Amino acid sequence: MPGKLKAKIVAGRHLPVMDRASDLTDAFVEVKFGNTTFKTDVCPKSLNPQWNSEWFKFEVDDEELQDEPLQITVLDHDTYSANDAIGKVYIDIDPLLCSEAATVISGWFPIYDTIHGIRGEINVLVKVDLFNDLNRFRQSSCGVKFFCTTSVPQCYRAVVVHGFVEELVVNEDPEYQWIDRIRTPRASNEARQRLISLMSGELQRKIGLKVLEMGGNAVMGYLQCFDLEGESGLVVRAIGTACTLEKLTNTVAPSAPLNSSPSKDVKEPGFGEEVCPVPLCSGPPTPLRTQTFSSFSPSKSYSRQSSSSDTELSLTPKTGMGSGGSTGKEGGPLKTLLRQQTQSALEQREFPFFTLTGFPPGFLVHVGGVVSARSVKLLDRIHNPDEPETRDAWWEELRQEMKSHAKALGCHAVVGYSESTSICEEVCILSASGTAAILSSRWLQDGFVDGYTEHRFEETAPPGCGFCHIPYDECNMPFPAQLTHCCCCRKSKVPDVLFTTIDLPTDASVTGKGCLIQARLCRIKKKAQGEGNATAISNLLPFMEYELHTQLMNKLKLRGMNALFGLRVQISVGETMLLGLASATGVYLTALPNPGGIQIAGKTPSDITYEQHISNIQRKISDTIARNKELYEINPMEVMDEMIGSPIPEPRQRSRLFRSHSESSDEVSELDLSHGKKDAFVLEIDDTDAVEDIHSLLTDAPAPSGFYSCNTEIMPGINNWTSGLQMFTSVRVFRLSNANLTNQSLNKIFTDLCENLLKSLYFKLRSMVPCCLCHLNFTVAVPEDELIQVAVTAVAMSFDRDQSQDTFRQSEDRSLMKAMAENEEQLQFPLELSAESSSTKPPNSTKGLPEGSVSSATPRASSVDYSSFTDRCSSWIEQLRLKAHTIRRGSVKTTSSLEKASPLTDGRSRSLRSTRSYSGSSVTVVKMTPLSFIPGTKIVKYLGIINMFFIRETTSLREEGGVSCFLHAFIAEVFAMVRAHVAALGGNAVVSYSMKECVFMENPNKNQAQCLINVSGDAVVFIRDSELETTPQQPQSASTHTSSSGDGT
Amino acid sequence: MSMELDVFVGNTTIMDEEVYQLWLDGYTVSDAVKIRMEGGVLSECEATSEVLLSDTMDQFRTFQMCERLLQSPTKLANQLLFQIPPQRQAMLIERYYEFDSVFAREVLGKKLSKGTKKDLDDISSKTGIALKSCRRQFDNFKRVFKVVEELRGPLVENIQHHFLLSDALARDYAAIVFFANSRFETGKRKLQYLSFQDFAFCAGQLISYWTVGAVGETTLWKSIMMEDMDVELEKEFLHDLKDLKVLINDKDMLDQHKSLVCGQLKGKIKVFNEMEANFKNLSRALVNIASKLTHTKDVRDLFIDLVEKFIEPCRSERWTVGDLRLFLTHYISCAHTLDTFRHQIIWDRYMSVIKSCILKMYHD
Repeated sequence: MPGKLKAKIVAGRHLPVMDRASDLTDAFVEVKFGNTTFKTDVCPKSLNPQWNSEWFKFEVDDEELQDEPLQITVLDHDTYSANDAIGKVYIDIDPLLCSEAATVISGWFPIYDTIHGIRGEINVLVKVDLFNDLNRFRQSSCGVKFFCTTSVPQCYRAVVVHGFVEELVVNEDPEYQWIDRIRTPRASNEARQRLISLMSGELQRKIGLKVLEMGGNAVMGYLQCFDLEGESGLVVRAIGTACTLEKLTNTVAPSAPLNSSPSKDVKEPGFGEEVCPVPLCSGPPTPLRTQTFSSFSPSKSYSRQSSSSDTELSLTPKTGMGSGGSTGKEGGPLKTLLRQQTQSALEQREFPFFTLTGFPPGFLVHVGGVVSARSVKLLDRIHNPDEPETRDAWWEELRQEMKSHAKALGCHAVVGYSESTSICEEVCILSASGTAAILSSRWLQDGFVDGYTEHRFEETAPPGCGFCHIPYDECNMPFPAQLTHCCCCRKSKVPDVLFTTIDLPTDASVTGKGCLIQARLCRIKKKAQGEGNATAISNLLPFMEYELHTQLMNKLKLRGMNALFGLRVQISVGETMLLGLASATGVYLTALPNPGGIQIAGKTPSDITYEQHISNIQRKISDTIARNKELYEINPMEVMDEMIGSPIPEPRQRSRLFRSHSESSDEVSELDLSHGKKDAFVLEIDDTDAVEDIHSLLTDAPAPSGFYSCNTEIMPGINNWTSGLQMFTSVRVFRLSNANLTNQSLNKIFTDLCENLLKSLYFKLRSMVPCCLCHLNFTVAVPEDELIQVAVTAVAMSFDRDQSQDTFRQSEDRSLMKAMAENEEQLQFPLELSAESSSTKPPNSTKGLPEGSVSSATPRASSVDYSSFTDRCSSWIEQLRLKAHTIRRGSVKTTSSLEKASPLTDGRSRSLRSTRSYSGSSVTVVKMTPLSFIPGTKIVKYLGIINMFFIRETTSLREEGGVSCFLHAFIAEVFAMVRAHVAALGGNAVVSYSMKECVFMENPNKNQAQCLINVSGDAVVFIRDSELETTPQQPQSASTHTSSSGDGT
Repeated sequence: MSMELDVFVGNTTIMDEEVYQLWLDGYTVSDAVKIRMEGGVLSECEATSEVLLSDTMDQFRTFQMCERLLQSPTKLANQLLFQIPPQRQAMLIERYYEFDSVFAREVLGKKLSKGTKKDLDDISSKTGIALKSCRRQFDNFKRVFKVVEELRGPLVENIQHHFLLSDALARDYAAIVFFANSRFETGKRKLQYLSFQDFAFCAGQLISYWTVGAVGETTLWKSIMMEDMDVELEKEFLHDLKDLKVLINDKDMLDQHKSLVCGQLKGKIKVFNEMEANFKNLSRALVNIASKLTHTKDVRDLFIDLVEKFIEPCRSERWTVGDLRLFLTHYISCAHTLDTFRHQIIWDRYMSVIKSCILKMYHD
């Protein structure tokens, strides 16, 4: 009996009227856990009942504690007939099982009914007493922490990253059981909600067991999905990255990514000894070691890689093997040695996959490119839920293929790994994608083993470009790619473009800003059944992937950029069409060569008008490229060969000169010629398709001024975020007319749908300008024959415009800031991440700073005038202070100006002058964001994972105002329930929030609609670090006020 | 081909004040879009009319969902469905309860019943205010009336407490409740020139000085928390007003009063001769109004009586407001110097209100 769960029902409020006669309600509550149920007394005739119940105690196994939710049902007592249910609250008590997370759940929860939505609120108190269980064969895994965040959580440091964990459970879907014919929709919905909650709990417990077995204590990048396979069942599956995390005990600021991102550019590798004791954590090798390589069966899948780079080692800080030599040379043997080491560490794993997208500095050594695999399967009924072998085997196959793709790219690992499905009737497309990479062995095994060998080697390869260097052999390339010397270090080889699924590494050197790039595609498919259908789909897939890739490439070139991050390709299957949507954030990596322009070539050059037409298009394209370069501030400075390694800062005029050049459009191509090898990318117009392509290329509207967008965690080039934050979800469903549609018209419709959605978002959020829409993630679906559904969840974050105006000033500023932040970090010592690599730096390491920046040889950094460095530093601090003030004042200003702007006509009775203070509302403000951080704050505590599944159904669609009203209310309710759970755990924000599923079905004829939503995220407590900015020199032990009550934004 | 569904939900509920006003004013979505387009919002963000339509629909939907909460504003602060910053909540509530004074003027003094609600059509076409907006305003009046009707304690504070309104708006509502309760006549043609604000001011005066709550500390509201309603005029006071009749019935006193006032005003007002000639009529009018207030019917006619019997005669002789003020001031103070006049307190309580009401109502 290793656990005692205690629950107390305090009160209710805003209950609905259940008795029409008296306009009141006689409410009581049932509290259920497992098979035990308790009841409170009836609180007669009240809409705000006070039960103040005793503590209901459940004595249960911890296995049960992990699997089961606490189920609270509010009912209306009825003497003569059956009691009516008002609604339910499911409380996941997992966060209470972790010693570091929440200790009590206490607060107001919305009472939710799947037919009526939220009906009042209930105040509940829940506690758990856990007894120590030393049983080695236990089935529970209490204490393993789960994070949705796909990087090392802010107040932790990674000691060991053990690797991939996955699990899958299957069951029959209650909606498709025979009993569903005779029960109410409510009962059926509740059965489903409960089942999924139970399955999620079980899944998490099982994954936890695997983590414990590997010697870890946490899962990062936990991604749980469910597949509604209809008749054939319900699958809940999860993947994650097992690791051993250590809580940073001293409050020294692990600065938020936004602070550290610019700084890392110049970061000097640490030298010191390991000072932080690395706990001994031997990751026991998993016994399983599969050597099988899946064959590329054509029906199954298709995959493609886009390129990447390198030669040498350029290992990052501590791994310190890399020397700047070129391939082979002295670096050679060491590199091989290292590779072997890492390789062996990785080969002990069945799948060297990592669901992470952000990494500790030094972890990511080289990036190979995107790898993906898809397979089309026919669903059959799951006969035995306890043996989910078929589904396991499917994924196993796919993963094997991913592994071999990564190998082909000369990589031993896949990072930014994710899996997804798309189901239509009995056909299911399974997809896996990730980025092939070479990782440093440092985190992969016991820290002590290589701890000594490593820092014998001086690190010289700049961390800003190391990851771009190709990991494969130059002479033996897995695919054709143009290699050039790295523009940063000039030593290693880099590819001409780089596609990845990960976030932009914080230490990457980037020129200018990034932007969201989307490729959209529709393909018509004939209606078919069974195998024929599956074959038709698998035949279409390669073409779709190819076209999406081409579109991405064209759009990337059009923006004058050379790399994609956060690439997510989604293929959705419907009965008569396939939808493909690829989203990524384009950037200009300083290390990669300048992308050539796009050259249009016609096939029939004889015709003069045709030639004119082509040159017309050509000019338009060149203009667009030039405009985009201006827009995204891409004005790379060419680094002259003689400059390399020289510590003399580059004269500023040079860059000016270049800038003025790039302004005039036509010179662009000439500019490119300075790099002899770079050929322009040739687009051939040989048929109408291509013309369409080009047309769509040019019609992609840029974001209105003041707006930026990306689908990654951070936007390169923007780092002065204010606290303005707005997370939102937008859903659109478009009905196609049943007229015969061609691929082209369908494409246009789909593109317009996405573009218009973006336009609407910009318009809605215009008051936040200047602002960036981050983590813009689109999901597409084909819910019915003629419907296209697009859902997007993202966060708008405003930033200070000051720094982004003058391009040149900005770059100067930025490099200064880099240096400054670097300085800051060193003064503050153990930063979360650098602690791993360097732990303590000797105080004089500040001196190393100038050299550090110089050796990094990023052109921007070299423009810093060091003589006046200290002065600027202090002025920087001043600036920061000022900014901190303006931010605060600014936010006040916006509200007041809005008030002033109220369009009161003279006839109005009286103008608004409510200056009364509202007695603090009892509702905690909970911020939500899909990112792993909140600007200007520090996360001090992770309270546990939020993973919620809701169903909402209506049989009076018209009366509720139609589908839009129905869904609007439901999404608002989901947000409210997430916020309430977080607040009850004592948190004030959800980070890494995502809406993983939004399945909407309607039947207007029957006046019915149903929607399922699955959301997840990490509940956290954050504190504002306004002090971090004003007193950067001080260790942050005395840090800032808790803002649990939150602010208004 | 059409957009089947289109929603946008923010973690912090996004509300545009301009759109909110359009919704409150009862515009349909398409009219609101037109108005916004004319307002030039499109150029702000390179938007198209589709974008504007989608945004307007979203916001109207949000407001509709909020409306239930706005009807009991105290719920808005602790509901969980919408995360709205407190200042925004205050704005939403205040705006929801704001009303068009033209509309309020029409409804003033009428019974807030179903019958009146049926007349809203007429009011709507007369004032040009959308019917939907009229309904909201009417329902607001009714809701406030119903809630405070049963409550003890000062009216304005009760309204503020239950509806979280600003002081100014709460006072306006107090006036509306007061008028609706006492059913003062405001609809006569002769009263048409008076605005809602004129009446609201008078109501404020009556509430402050003539109600039960006003007894004792006449000027301080707050000291009378425990008193009964101040929706009703104090019966005892109205009864005592009969005693003032002595001022016109006792001929000596009337003459003495007249000579005192004339003495004070000589050379100070332009209309001295007219005043001297009319003094007895004016004084009779004011005192007669006072003495009749015991009857509910006459209470209802207070304003029409003031206009017909006092304001109109003065206006026809082209008294200026300044003259009127001087006259009333001395008219009141001279009564104190009459040796035989013993009802000073009642006199002051009556006349101070009448004076300020007359001065407020004395315009074209």
